[in-house]
Amino acid sequence: MSPLNQLLKPNTYKSGPDAAGRFGGFGGRYVAETLMPLILEVEAAYAKAKADPTFDEEWRRLLKDYVGRPSPLWFAERVTEHGRAKAEPGKGAKVYFKRDELNHTGAHKINAVLGQILLAKRMGKKRIIAETGAGQHGVATATACALFNLPCTVFMGATDVERQQPNVFRMKLLGAEVVAVTSGAATLKDAMNEALRHWVANVEDTYYCIGTVAGPHPYPMMVRDFQSIIGAETRTQMQEAEGRLPDLLVAAIGGGSNAMGLFYPFLDDPSVQMHGVEAGGHGIETVTGHAASLTGGRPGVLHGNRTYLLQDEFGQILEGHSISAGLDYPGVGPEHAWLHELGRVQYVNATDKEALEAFQLCSRLEGIIPALEPAHALAHVLKVAPTLPAETLIVMNMCGRGDKDIFTVAGHLGVKL
Amino acid sequence: MNQPRSQGRIAARFAALKAEGRGALIPFLEAYDPDPATSMAILRGMPGAGADLIEIGVPFTDPMADGPIIQLAGQRGLKAGATLAGTLAMVRDFRAEDDATPVILMGYLNPILSYGAERFITDAAASGVDGLIVVDMPPEEAEVLAPGAMAAGLDIIRLVAPTTDEARLPLVLNASSGFVYYVAITGITGTRSADPEALRAAIPRIRAHTDLPIAIGFGVRTPEQAGFAAKVADGAVVASALIDTLAKSLDEQGRAKPDSVRKVLDQVRELAAAVRG
Repeated sequence: MSPLNQLLKPNTYKSGPDAAGRFGGFGGRYVAETLMPLILEVEAAYAKAKADPTFDEEWRRLLKDYVGRPSPLWFAERVTEHGRAKAEPGKGAKVYFKRDELNHTGAHKINAVLGQILLAKRMGKKRIIAETGAGQHGVATATACALFNLPCTVFMGATDVERQQPNVFRMKLLGAEVVAVTSGAATLKDAMNEALRHWVANVEDTYYCIGTVAGPHPYPMMVRDFQSIIGAETRTQMQEAEGRLPDLLVAAIGGGSNAMGLFYPFLDDPSVQMHGVEAGGHGIETVTGHAASLTGGRPGVLHGNRTYLLQDEFGQILEGHSISAGLDYPGVGPEHAWLHELGRVQYVNATDKEALEAFQLCSRLEGIIPALEPAHALAHVLKVAPTLPAETLIVMNMCGRGDKDIFTVAGHLGVKL
Repeated sequence: MNQPRSQGRIAARFAALKAEGRGALIPFLEAYDPDPATSMAILRGMPGAGADLIEIGVPFTDPMADGPIIQLAGQRGLKAGATLAGTLAMVRDFRAEDDATPVILMGYLNPILSYGAERFITDAAASGVDGLIVVDMPPEEAEVLAPGAMAAGLDIIRLVAPTTDEARLPLVLNASSGFVYYVAITGITGTRSADPEALRAAIPRIRAHTDLPIAIGFGVRTPEQAGFAAKVADGAVVASALIDTLAKSLDEQGRAKPDSVRKVLDQVRELAAAVRG
């Protein structure tokens, strides 16, 4: 190894971000001056809250009694057997699901939402805004706002409003206002643009609750910290189940919050491998037919951070495509971009078709209807498990349940509901 | 190459206006909106209509500080094939006949990074660009562009917002050159009108920290507002109101009509009269 390469390898993968909010060359605070004082305020408030044990206590109480944590670590025996049936003798890894789909509201999003809403209360903010793609983060935010009696406005691309009607209705039932965003391409990235614009215009009383590990510093760090409960629990639970660490962690990547949450507590354990599964859509060889920013994009600046983006040769942002609205985002969290460049995490992808197959297989084999997002992770597990020794331990983050997706899936399968 | 910035077109223009005893009118146009020839005609006509400096918007797919009017202008520009290179070519053509009116590019960082920051600085300076407003590049993230740009004689014009507090003001102002762009409203472009009383209080607060001229933008729409802004500060930027006029002049397919350019320039004339009044 050359001396330069040695310099590039950090002695810990858990030290980021630096004071400027950077993970290596990624992250940062690329926002208009109007927003700058706000995100500095969020950063200071979060640092203060983090140092206060009562903040952590209150968050953990909510996770336990309201969300239902810890979520179980489930040995997916039939999925494991399915892999072994196709494998050579002695092969076929043991597959566990970290069952974050059992959380209240049906996904991992609530973990970070509750942390952020508690922070917003401490900051004296009177109303909450959020962006949402598939609607899971919007539902989680609307839920927490109902609980804390805070007005909530959720920005959602008009295209997504159309394809995620059940979640739109859920948010409204919970008392939130849903704004259908028609600007740009009317999807998640435009919902985020619109939320940022709204925030700038309502700086005094509003807190912006971001749903993933992207956006300007401190959001990627803060959302990761809250979501790390997933990996921390997994660590303890695997110790109890198998008496050792897992060998491979697998999670789906849109913005990357569920993956960051699972991976982060294991980053400094060299024996633990990690695979992030991006949305391959129609295949990553198609120009705008996928949402795989790391495997099919290049670095640039969007939504306040420098990261890998789907963009054309002129730096204009491209629309991605995925069967899963939650993965359909042209960027990815900056910490993933950094881990990708360092080679600490391997980023792969699964196509729409593979995800659909995994979706159905999981329903039949485990009696668990997964969301389309973790169905991508499962599609990858189904590929790699048969190639690994039978004693290998895989943990896949089942980050959401599939209730919201049954209409989409029925449509793709040609079933009229 | 490394000429002092005091000799640049922006400083020279503000100095001349100060001697005249009035503030600057800084109209805005979006490159290639709705097509290259129309936006070029507007650019060419602006100095004659009373523009003292000119701001050209560089279209970007995700303009997070812009309201609906400029968002749509950017989309029309992109549809017409706008690129950073195409925008620089407009400035080059403009410079062939006007060597005095300062031109400022306003846009977002990603197209510049994609073009290559160093190559962009070289090409922008060679094309006759005088200053840059990169909306999503606060002083904390300016290392990639600002030192090189300033060395090449390009001013880095920074936004100061009502939310920029006393502690932050020196940081922002020390990283500025050319002039200071005061964002008159907490919000995005073209959505609210500036409050005169708030401006009367805000401008002296900035003056206490800088000798640079101050222009007011975001929320300056009418001749009266422009006249007031140019008096209370050193200049008025008018963007959405002009784009709005252009957009309303287009036909149903979004194409320019024969009087589109004239309508925009007439409005520039009205604004200029108010600023000079």
